[in-house]
Amino acid sequence: MALDSKIPQGPIADKWTNYKNHIDLVNPANKRNIDVIVVGTGLAGGSAAATLAELGYNVKAFCFQDSPRRAHSIAAQGGINAAKNYQGDGDSTYRLFYDTVKGGDYRSREANVYRLAEVSANIIDQCVAQGVPFAREYGGLLDNRSFGGVLVSRTFYAAGQTGQQLLLGAYSAMNRQIGRGKIKMYNRHEMLDVVKVDGKARGIITRNLITGEIERHSAHAVVLGTGGYGNVFFLSTNAMGSNVTAAWKAHKRGAYFANPCYTQIHPTCIPVSGDHQSKLTLMSESLRNDGRIWVPKHMKDVEAIKAGTLKPKDLAEEDRDYYLERRYPAFGNLVPRDVASRAAKERCDAGYGVNATGEAVFLDFASAIERYGKEQATVRHLDVNDAALVKKLGQEVVKNKYGNLFQMYEKIVDQDPYNTPMMIYPAVHYTMGGVWVDYNLMTTVPGLYCIGEANFSDHGANRLGASALMQGLADGYFVLPYTIGDYLSNDIRTGPISTDSKEFEEAEKEVREKIEFFVTNKGQHSVDYFHKRLGKIMWNKVGMSRNVQGLTEAISEIKALRAQFWKEVSVPGSSDELNEELAKAGRVADFLELGELFAKDALHREESAGGHFREDAVELDGEQKGEAKRDDENFAYVAAWEYKGEPSDAILHKEQLEFNDIELKQRSYK
Amino acid sequence: MNLTLKIWRQKNANDKGKMVDYKISDISPDMSFLEMLDVLNEQLINSGDEPVAFDHDCREGICGMCSLYINGEAHGPDRGVTTCQLHMRMFNDGDTIFIEPFRAKAFPVIKDLVVDRSSFDRIQHAGGFISVNTSGNTIDANAIPVNKENADDAFSAATCIGCGACVASCKNSSAMLFVGAKVSQFALLPQGQVEATDRVLNMVKQMDEEGFGNCTNTGACEVECPKGISLENIARMNREYLAASLKG
Ligand SMILES: Cc1cc2nc3c(=O)[nH]c(=O)nc-3n(C[C@H](O)[C@H](O)[C@H](O)COP(=O)(O)OP(=O)(O)OC[C@H]3O[C@@H](n4cnc5c(N)ncnc54)[C@H](O)[C@@H]3O)c2cc1C
Ligand code: SF4
Ligand code: FES
Repeated sequence: MALDSKIPQGPIADKWTNYKNHIDLVNPANKRNIDVIVVGTGLAGGSAAATLAELGYNVKAFCFQDSPRRAHSIAAQGGINAAKNYQGDGDSTYRLFYDTVKGGDYRSREANVYRLAEVSANIIDQCVAQGVPFAREYGGLLDNRSFGGVLVSRTFYAAGQTGQQLLLGAYSAMNRQIGRGKIKMYNRHEMLDVVKVDGKARGIITRNLITGEIERHSAHAVVLGTGGYGNVFFLSTNAMGSNVTAAWKAHKRGAYFANPCYTQIHPTCIPVSGDHQSKLTLMSESLRNDGRIWVPKHMKDVEAIKAGTLKPKDLAEEDRDYYLERRYPAFGNLVPRDVASRAAKERCDAGYGVNATGEAVFLDFASAIERYGKEQATVRHLDVNDAALVKKLGQEVVKNKYGNLFQMYEKIVDQDPYNTPMMIYPAVHYTMGGVWVDYNLMTTVPGLYCIGEANFSDHGANRLGASALMQGLADGYFVLPYTIGDYLSNDIRTGPISTDSKEFEEAEKEVREKIEFFVTNKGQHSVDYFHKRLGKIMWNKVGMSRNVQGLTEAISEIKALRAQFWKEVSVPGSSDELNEELAKAGRVADFLELGELFAKDALHREESAGGHFREDAVELDGEQKGEAKRDDENFAYVAAWEYKGEPSDAILHKEQLEFNDIELKQRSYK
Repeated sequence: MNLTLKIWRQKNANDKGKMVDYKISDISPDMSFLEMLDVLNEQLINSGDEPVAFDHDCREGICGMCSLYINGEAHGPDRGVTTCQLHMRMFNDGDTIFIEPFRAKAFPVIKDLVVDRSSFDRIQHAGGFISVNTSGNTIDANAIPVNKENADDAFSAATCIGCGACVASCKNSSAMLFVGAKVSQFALLPQGQVEATDRVLNMVKQMDEEGFGNCTNTGACEVECPKGISLENIARMNREYLAASLKG
């Protein structure tokens, strides 16, 4: 099947408006006769469920947690972008569009990104009206900060808990509709398959995670807002339950999976401390606004710091290598995530890592504390030469901005970041790849939609900070509610979809068989045993930098691991009760397939783009020497994979990316 | 570290349940409490036993899913943290640790350490929102300035993660801190004023119907709350409730 992105005609600034003016609408009375399933209640699914219910559709919403309020979006820390230009620093829809396309290394779809930038300002209005308590200035107006990769202050935030506050906003909008009976909420339910009838998505199969009951749910359309698949690496900043199952099952039912290898590695995470570790904790990128990143210049100092004979804060200024400021003077510590991550790895690989494992660099607030302290002393007419006072005042300012993050760091690492620099290292964070969707956010399966982190369209090969929250809410509140109406306008006479058809029966049977297998297969290894091994292969060979040999090995190792899993996995307990191991087994089974496709995708992409760094694609000379080398001539396309059985049989389809409004240029942050 | 764990095991809601002893060794002080339980579960699975069921997801103190009652305290001995943020360095080699589910009539046990907190959701359905269309056709976000102090207080109230530690640590199993936090958030913002009366009446009514007890101002909730939600929020809710009752 040829990929049709269905991008509307016309100038980019008018596409969305024209589109909305010409689509078919569903009469409000008819909406009552139409059912929509929304899987996932994060920012994307939650905002979509609330809005669809408000429009009048009957919505059934699903999540695997015990409440929609706990979806993974709750963890987002730093902020959400919007082109409001409240700061008057030159922001505009075009500039947000430009930054996002450039930041994504020109691998996202122009029309989608423009629409995203266009609706971004509405998101802030909407959330404030819902009672989201964003940070404010003394005058009572909204405050902004800047984030990696951009030169304007367009990020709205609520301390270090922006995702939490936005999700609680969407959750409250859902609650209003649940209270009115327009959303039926299914907590602790896991979707295990998509059901297609006559080629269209018409329902899902779920498992009630408390009783183990397998259920059939039908609808006129199905929306997936099921988040990212970074947990294929086992260790990541994602919540433990985040998984690829819903997206992968959709893939197996005909939805193409796009750019699986596009993973974002976030530069500011707490380093791995040992084998017991179950997840990695992100330190918000907003810290890079004030923190300076460095490693020692000389190997002897690295060793002294590791040995504990030299305190990092005692190392003289001239003996420190502020490598981001040195290499990228224009952006300094605020370069985009892929650049910052790679630079940290480069220093650590060269031996300058500062913790026991050699995989950490410093993030230092000493100069910010001093700068803020002096400013405060001046404002309050106090003695700017009183070092202790300046430090105290400076610490107060820093505490106001980042207090909860500092506390979190101290709890985990047992060191006080006000007095000694933090240690950070890159970690798997966000997946830019996902289910392929067209401009309508519809997958290659008619009636099956995909929104938020689970789809692929807006971030290209690298996501700039504060743009995932923006995309989730844009999709859910403002885009999908229009586009899905256009599709559903053909369904006003269809009537309720029966779950008694053979399609539902077969899908249910397959789900049951797999579950039966798990609880009866008495193997010798736990599910985590396999997940951890998969994660190691992924991190070592398909992680921050990749080469042909490593990727080829990874593919065959994952294949072998998968075969072993199906022989030797052991799942205790039974299928008709709360059984966390059983739920995990199904998720890891899907990760073991995705992992292989992921490596296969990385292998075929012989260029470095964004977070995806190929060791054989590096700039060899000129100003960009040593930086990642993109290949627009051969790779300016979306790789969309069609399922054909084993991941190795997947067929590649290409959606050529067209850049009519932004010139393809080298991405330079020098 | 070597530890003895005394863990509440209960097969399902109807089972009576009992404390069971487990020995565990080689625990590093850098592990989180939940990582320690992961180690125990791996051990149980490898020896053919059933792992201990417990709720968790984000493992960074923000989703509100984890919910253990450790040595008689919700989320354990450390202050201002959730169970997933509690680290084993808070314990000593040779310690015996008691691990139980959050207990309250409105939080029935589902299995082992997992309880059903959907009563919290139902209170939110009753009024934990501002009735505004999600169309995006609202006024500009800066059209109504909000005093920074109020915005900050509303934010502090809004940081409640819905974990239920307040209920679990209250001798009356009262949900006042949780409900007070939500009522306060909206009471402090201009956007929440229009429906203030209905909101507080409906939420309090639902809270009572769910079987939560009354608040007798013992303050245990504030002490155990991982997010530092203050008793002021209960006072504010009481004022709102009184005003609403008089009006209404
Ligand atoms: C620590 C951290 C900090 C971040 N900070 C920022 C930031 O500052 N700014 C920013 O823009 N972005 C940030 N991000 C990224 C952003 O939070 C996510 O990309 C975004 O929230 C994803 O939203 P979502 O709605 O697509 O998915 P999620 O919030 O992950 O929701 C997924 C939903 O799907 C459900 N689900 C999944 N599978 C199934 C299934 N099989 N059956 C039933 N339900 C299922 C889950 O229950 C959940 O409700 C951060 C991410 C992390 C991890
Ligand atoms: S008030 Fe505190 S203890 Fe109670 S639910 Fe909220 S965060 Fe948890
Ligand atoms: S697991 Fe999310 S708060 Fe503990």
